[in-house]
Amino acid sequence: MTTLSAEATAPAVTTSTLALAGVSRWYGNVVAVNDVSMRLGPGVTGLLGPNGAGKTTLLHMMAGFLAPSRGTVTLDGEPTWRNPPVYRRLGLVSEREAVHTFLTAYEFVLASAKLHRLPDPAAAARRAIALVELEGAQDRRIGTYSKGMRQRARVAAALVHDPQVLLLDEPFNGMDPRQRLHMMTLLHSLGDAGRTILFSSHILEEVEQVSGTVQVMVAGRLAASGDFRTIRRLMTNRPHVFAVRSTDDRALAVALMAEPSVTGVELDRTGLTVKAGDYGAFTRALPKVALARGVRVRQLLPEDESLESVFSYLLEG
Amino acid sequence: MSTVTWITARGLFGRRRFLMLLPLPAVLVGLAVLCRSLGVDPAEWGPPVLVGLGLAVVLPVVSLVVGTGVLGAEIDDGTVVHVLTKPLPRWQIVLPKLAVATGVSAATIAVPIVVAGVLADSVRLGVALAAASALGALAYSALFLALSLVTRRPVLLGLVYVLIWEGLLGRFVSGTKVLSVQQWVIALADRLAPTDLLTGAVSVPVAAVLTALVAVGFTALAIDRLRSFSVAGETS
Repeated sequence: MTTLSAEATAPAVTTSTLALAGVSRWYGNVVAVNDVSMRLGPGVTGLLGPNGAGKTTLLHMMAGFLAPSRGTVTLDGEPTWRNPPVYRRLGLVSEREAVHTFLTAYEFVLASAKLHRLPDPAAAARRAIALVELEGAQDRRIGTYSKGMRQRARVAAALVHDPQVLLLDEPFNGMDPRQRLHMMTLLHSLGDAGRTILFSSHILEEVEQVSGTVQVMVAGRLAASGDFRTIRRLMTNRPHVFAVRSTDDRALAVALMAEPSVTGVELDRTGLTVKAGDYGAFTRALPKVALARGVRVRQLLPEDESLESVFSYLLEG
Repeated sequence: MSTVTWITARGLFGRRRFLMLLPLPAVLVGLAVLCRSLGVDPAEWGPPVLVGLGLAVVLPVVSLVVGTGVLGAEIDDGTVVHVLTKPLPRWQIVLPKLAVATGVSAATIAVPIVVAGVLADSVRLGVALAAASALGALAYSALFLALSLVTRRPVLLGLVYVLIWEGLLGRFVSGTKVLSVQQWVIALADRLAPTDLLTGAVSVPVAAVLTALVAVGFTALAIDRLRSFSVAGETS
């Protein structure tokens, strides 16, 4: 970790801005990305959204691997599409677990360094491998690696030329908690050193732990963007819906209506549908209320807690 | 050796697919040795073995396996992204890969065709066949490399060209022979070592010009297609 912080706290000479202006991408009649505009500057940004929201398509357009159907993607004013020189300042770690399994990690990263025409490829390769803490396994064939180790080898290859912008598609997939933590620390320190880091994820907690700013994508659109805590508050303050079944639904419904955390109660033959404004307060209040009325709660099911529904709530709001 | 060349060669020899290259040349040598040792007249076995097997099957099939492998295999497994995320002009990726494909294919066909040519006629014929095959390997490799960028099924399309166009149509519709790499190779080899064993259907200048055109044209196409290389949209 000492080498890591020493490397990362060195001030970056230049910073880069990745700008998307009215970017759309469609495949036939299917719109994958719909009129997205954003500017990404130094620091870590999380690209959050459920599966199928268009995150990967957006990342591919940012990385110059897909032409926008409409709009422009530029890195410091230069288009990323059909413009290989941008890769001097841009690194990409794609989601697909694609590595040359017949190479060792050192050979793999060294090849990247050479392809970048770096002045001292061997030193750059060693530095990048140290950044991801893969020194111990660097002379083993990548084919023998675990998924998390392959991912780190790929990150090392993408970092070997010390790019100002690093794009990572679902970088935490397949990592164990220790590797995850290390990757988060690495991204943090790179962001603090003035690099522009964008990583995508469909897991709220990952984004929460790594980045201050988030871009939330839902169904191809940019649903929200800005400070994570603000968006998190929007998410936690949304109404939560619970299905409750008890020994006396009617009595419980009356009692729950008096609770400040409850915003609505519906009664039908199958039981109660309770809408709560505050998740924590409601789940703490329910047992007390039930106990006080002598009602036994048989079932408490949070409904529709999938990320998709959370995100679509954001989209509506 | 450039890094692209090195990775391409490692990728080619590191895959099991490469072993597919070995049996065909062995069959070619085996048949030539067998015919010679049984004392069959070279005029009888020369055309079917040298042309029918060597130039019409071994050369295109080896070129197809190698030519679609140097880039197509990397596109299939996604590793091509590692090479493409580098600030390299795309010709610096295509040309080394074409060189590896041509070199490996030419070397693979050279050994058996020289042996068969020597056994059938003379050292001169063997060398002429190898030299013409090397030019043929260049044209085939450029074609198959470009195919791996314009279609998701380069091997299938390549086989259609080799088997249907060159093999089947070439036999019945004489006009198709003008656009057949196999016929150019025969014409060039016959020019380098005139024998009764080879009968070319196209003139030597036409063969030379078309070989060069195909090599340059499909290489240019490959470079252009690689510039606009899109990662397939897997929605996730």
